[in-house]
Amino acid sequence: MPAVSKGDGMRGLAVFISDIRNCKSKEAEIKRINKELANIRSKFKGDKALDGYSKKKYVCKLLFIFLLGHDIDFGHMEAVNLLSSNKYTEKQIGYLFISVLVNSNSELIRLINNAIKNDLASRNPTFMCLALHCIANVGSREMGEAFAADIPRILVAGDSMDSVKQSAALCLLRLYKASPDLVPMGEWTARVVHLLNDQHMGVVTAAVSLITCLCKKNPDDFKTCISLAVSRLSRIVSSASTDLQDYTYYFVPAPWLSVKLLRLLQCYPPPEDAAVKGRLVECLETVLNKAQEPPKSKKVQHSNAKNAILFETISLIIHYDSEPNLLVRACNQLGQFLQHRETNLRYLALESMCTLASSEFSHEAVKTHIDTVINALKTERDVSVRQRAADLLYAMCDRSNAKQIVSEMLRYLETADYAIREEIVLKVAILAEKYAVDYSWYVDTILNLIRIAGDYVSEEVWYRVLQIVTNRDDVQGYAAKTVFEALQAPACHENMVKVGGYILGEFGNLIAGDPRSSPPVQFSLLHSKFHLCSVATRALLLSTYIKFINLFPETKATIQGVLRAGSQLRNADVELQQRAVEYLTLSSVASTDVLATVLEEMPPFPERESSILAKLKRKKGPGAASALDDGRRDPSSNDINGGVEPTPSTVSTPSPSADLLGLRAAPPPAAPPASAGAGNLLVDVFDGPAAQPSLGPTPEEAFLSPGPEDIGPPIPEADELLNKFVCKNNGVLFENQLLQIGVKSEFRQNLGRMYLFYGNKTSVQFQNFSPTVVHPGDLQTHILSGLGQPPTKRVAAQVDGGAQVQQVLNIECLRDFLTPPLLSLPVTINKFFQPTEMAAQDFFQRWKQLSLPQQEAQKIFKANHPMDAEVTKAKLLGFGSALLDNVDPNPENFVGAGIIQTKALQVGCLLRLEPNAQAQMYRLTLRTSKEPVSRHLCELLAQQF
Amino acid sequence: MIKFFLMVNKQGQTRLSKYYEHVDVNKRTLLETEVIKSCLSRSNEQCSFIEYKDFKLIYRQYAALFIVVGVNDTENEMAIYEFIHNFVEVLDEYFSRVEPINELLKRGSALEPQQASVSTTPIY
Repeated sequence: MPAVSKGDGMRGLAVFISDIRNCKSKEAEIKRINKELANIRSKFKGDKALDGYSKKKYVCKLLFIFLLGHDIDFGHMEAVNLLSSNKYTEKQIGYLFISVLVNSNSELIRLINNAIKNDLASRNPTFMCLALHCIANVGSREMGEAFAADIPRILVAGDSMDSVKQSAALCLLRLYKASPDLVPMGEWTARVVHLLNDQHMGVVTAAVSLITCLCKKNPDDFKTCISLAVSRLSRIVSSASTDLQDYTYYFVPAPWLSVKLLRLLQCYPPPEDAAVKGRLVECLETVLNKAQEPPKSKKVQHSNAKNAILFETISLIIHYDSEPNLLVRACNQLGQFLQHRETNLRYLALESMCTLASSEFSHEAVKTHIDTVINALKTERDVSVRQRAADLLYAMCDRSNAKQIVSEMLRYLETADYAIREEIVLKVAILAEKYAVDYSWYVDTILNLIRIAGDYVSEEVWYRVLQIVTNRDDVQGYAAKTVFEALQAPACHENMVKVGGYILGEFGNLIAGDPRSSPPVQFSLLHSKFHLCSVATRALLLSTYIKFINLFPETKATIQGVLRAGSQLRNADVELQQRAVEYLTLSSVASTDVLATVLEEMPPFPERESSILAKLKRKKGPGAASALDDGRRDPSSNDINGGVEPTPSTVSTPSPSADLLGLRAAPPPAAPPASAGAGNLLVDVFDGPAAQPSLGPTPEEAFLSPGPEDIGPPIPEADELLNKFVCKNNGVLFENQLLQIGVKSEFRQNLGRMYLFYGNKTSVQFQNFSPTVVHPGDLQTHILSGLGQPPTKRVAAQVDGGAQVQQVLNIECLRDFLTPPLLSLPVTINKFFQPTEMAAQDFFQRWKQLSLPQQEAQKIFKANHPMDAEVTKAKLLGFGSALLDNVDPNPENFVGAGIIQTKALQVGCLLRLEPNAQAQMYRLTLRTSKEPVSRHLCELLAQQF
Repeated sequence: MIKFFLMVNKQGQTRLSKYYEHVDVNKRTLLETEVIKSCLSRSNEQCSFIEYKDFKLIYRQYAALFIVVGVNDTENEMAIYEFIHNFVEVLDEYFSRVEPINELLKRGSALEPQQASVSTTPIY
């Protein structure tokens, strides 16, 4: 290693630096620098060739000036010249100049490549190291392109000196990190692994760093490193502190190398070889044992180095997660650190323990430290340590200690730092929900959260409590009572008003019997908060009021009075105004029955992943919550707290705010059901205007009623579905999270039979399940079926969870028709096709007979699907017509014929499809004896290609 | 991995900086200001690790001089913490006493990166 020698001279440089130091003002300094720059420039430009020493001196001065913050626009060539010097000090200054200035002048790189190449090939280890350092310091892609291939060779060459190997390994690491594609894996990789066996500890250290990085992308190439690393580690760990002279740090043998080896092992699963594994376990035990031994030195450096190894050992043990004995020992060790006087250790112990808590082997052991951790949460003076403590409490929480942990976190919340309040709120909300045994405790906890840290309670949290209260009728009464009490506080948070308003609007009737919370009292309590609230909350409260009119007719006059007030009806906010106007009209116009229907209690929300958990995950980044939401410790938690159960549904559900409260402007939440949307969704099979199905009281049924709380559209819309069935007879007609309807159908002449299969996808029973098929009257004359009459077989009234029931429909086509029944059953006129075979001559004769313009329908359209002759054929056959070969002179074209059978008449049809592969277009021509049939068939068929 | 290595004095002046990942010069100044601010605001009772953006700062104070190392989450905090001390001992060896380093680095903030890389390479 080159020492900084004082006798190396460069007196001029020393003088210059002390001149600058003595400058009294910035101006004086700039003046001195400009003078020096002029001097150097004249020297460089002068006729006399400068010797190496002078060049070095002036380049040093330029470097110093540059580092003072001045631009240097000359001298680069002189620095590059220094690279070819044979003197170390000159070469070194040249490289230094380049390393420092290279970012500002990448032109330089091309100039120096040659010099670096020479130095790498020089076999002089000092020069090679300088060159390698330069490559690593610059580390650019250009450098990588020029040298990435040479460095592995230097690294594994038998004759490379240790210091060169070391520099080469780190240089390669740097280049690999900058541009991995430039470093080719090859036979050298196996030899790099063997550097772990090198005599020189510096080489081993550098090699471990390199391998740890490389093996992440190519684990199999470096697999052999496991056993080598284990044996290396074992030699270090078991050595006496004097064995590794230079690499012993305060009586700890090679601490950094040990840490690196332990980290490398964390890239792989536990060793498969039993001997290797045994040796490794022995090492890990030795480290744990040493931690208990009295320290060999009182110096803090000694214990720090030892603890660095200890923490890394514990991470490896946690990574393997397979040795219960070691995990418990690790936990006990960390438990000791929890009470250590050094903050650093407490911090790291809390952090490690957090990962330890998610292992099934050590979860119980971690739990024994709960009191210490709670104490840390209360007494630590460092916010980041407290944060770790809160994380750990969250990780160690299960059903047995949830109440304690949640109450401690709530208490902490009152004094918590603002920076971490929101996260604590989320965590409390999740734990309360996940481990709630009785829901009154859950409701209390959330209301406490809002009381203590209302500002930090995000929408997700209070949406969630509403979802849970709505879905569980056993807690609704309690919730109503509790919010009513909470609202009595003179100052309560707006979020409390929101929750209170919503819950009383839904379930206020449950506490109305008590004179202390009679309807007028409830109303005036809510209304006393009204004027202090934001627009969104006031909008919510207006909805509560209209719900009150339904729940408590005696409040109608008061509430109408409020709605009628100028401040509502002429409110500047359009949303509030609209609500006031609509609710007022609704309350005066609608009959009690209509009101009761419109303002019915909200149906339960579909179960889905807790929105809060999703938020925490977002906050923490992917993976962070994985240790937190694992259900394996407590599988029983899910059935009670269905909320965290992920639903396998892929159907998009409306956002909680939209379906909960309708705050997002759009239609008021209490829009009358069954109106505009009817007929559009397939759900209407069950619920058309013509025949209201007898909806049972069970919540499952309520999902099927349309309205603002609809569970979201079924995947494709009716028209799309129909298209799907034009050319085929079997498939899935409708599907959402609850129900799947499958169709199987067969048609002969003018008769058809359709089997509908209703599958219950939930785990609960559908009750009073009675699908009713409806068809508008005018269709009946055209197509009559078994539809109107009682179906061949009625469907059972109950559908068990996971079960399927079948319904058979008989269909008869009376006349030709255009509109399919109900916009939903896949019965289109082509179903009654009877294929007709005929010769070319016959075909053309009939074609000519149908030459009236209204008998023909033609469409030219672009292909929506790949143009495949086989698929097209299959589709035409599925459509129902016969396919006639050798009719059209162009073999690419398709020609078909058939007769549509109805009870009243038969319609002959001819069709011709001309694909144009080049333009990706089709021309479809249909000729039938009835004009509307031609057009309709043409339209139906055109959508299929 | 180590992202950067900083020596900053209590006045917030950077004495030495070495980045192992490219950071724009303008952003460096901003980053260094923020880093030193968060170090200065801490008391002895607080731990030496600061979570800062997506990485961790590990710092040690020597009189008026702070040495701050920015690492990502693949590093062992304690090992880096002690590595800082090792580095200081190496400097001490070279310059006989660390105190003068502050003096030495006062103006020319980085005649030493080379020094840093010399001493960091073999040990770490």
